[in-house]
Amino acid sequence: MLVKVKVSALRDTHWHEYALRFGLGGLATVCTGLVAEAFGPATGGLFLAFPAIFCASATLIEKHERHRKKKAGLPGKRRGQQAAALDAIGAAIGSFGLLAFAAVMWTLPGRIGPLPAFIAAGLFWILASVCLWWGWRHVRRSSV
Amino acid sequence: MAMTEYVIRFLAGGIVVSLFSVVGDVLRPKSFAGLFGAAPSIALVTLALTICAKGLDDATMEARSMMFGSVALCFYSFGVCHLTGQRRVAALLATAMMLPLWLGCAFALKRLLSGGA
Repeated sequence: MLVKVKVSALRDTHWHEYALRFGLGGLATVCTGLVAEAFGPATGGLFLAFPAIFCASATLIEKHERHRKKKAGLPGKRRGQQAAALDAIGAAIGSFGLLAFAAVMWTLPGRIGPLPAFIAAGLFWILASVCLWWGWRHVRRSSV
Repeated sequence: MAMTEYVIRFLAGGIVVSLFSVVGDVLRPKSFAGLFGAAPSIALVTLALTICAKGLDDATMEARSMMFGSVALCFYSFGVCHLTGQRRVAALLATAMMLPLWLGCAFALKRLLSGGA
């Protein structure tokens, strides 16, 4: 299967790691509002794509992978870094989806209304992200 | 902004970011899960609140600038991928080292493409 759902992976994450993400996410949203308030929406808007929780996510992915390998008696440092690199490549591809989301929210709300625009933007985000990821994986497999 | 708005922003932002993180946690392969690292979590909350509080004009202006931020995020993520995958730098250090790149790129694009407005 191309994409899998592994619910058991949730057990690897401790409650304080969820709390950290919640706190960072909330803080980033408040800070974005403060920037927009102080410097205007054109500057505040930049921070809607700020990698606010990327540091925490990548570090957690690296840590979990390292622990998993350590449990199996293998040195996991390199594997942890590779897992973080794969997560980053996914985020790089996903940023094009984010661009599509922003483009829809820039052009459509005035024409079709805010709620339909949010729905369209969400669909464009997921479609663009998944299609580009699939294309990247296809090219990567053919070149190996 | 009123104190209540800060609290709403914090709670809504925290919940949406956490939800996208959980989705990313359970998906495999890791490169696919990474797509959710660039999910519009902060954008969803901020744009919704901006529309409610200030109207569509401010929200569309924020969305336009978000496009520059997204391009910067792409460079940032490729940079982190290079540092962790090729240069063997730890994830925390790599993500911190690349933040000036995101800031420089986002503000440069805004200045170039919207005349600094």
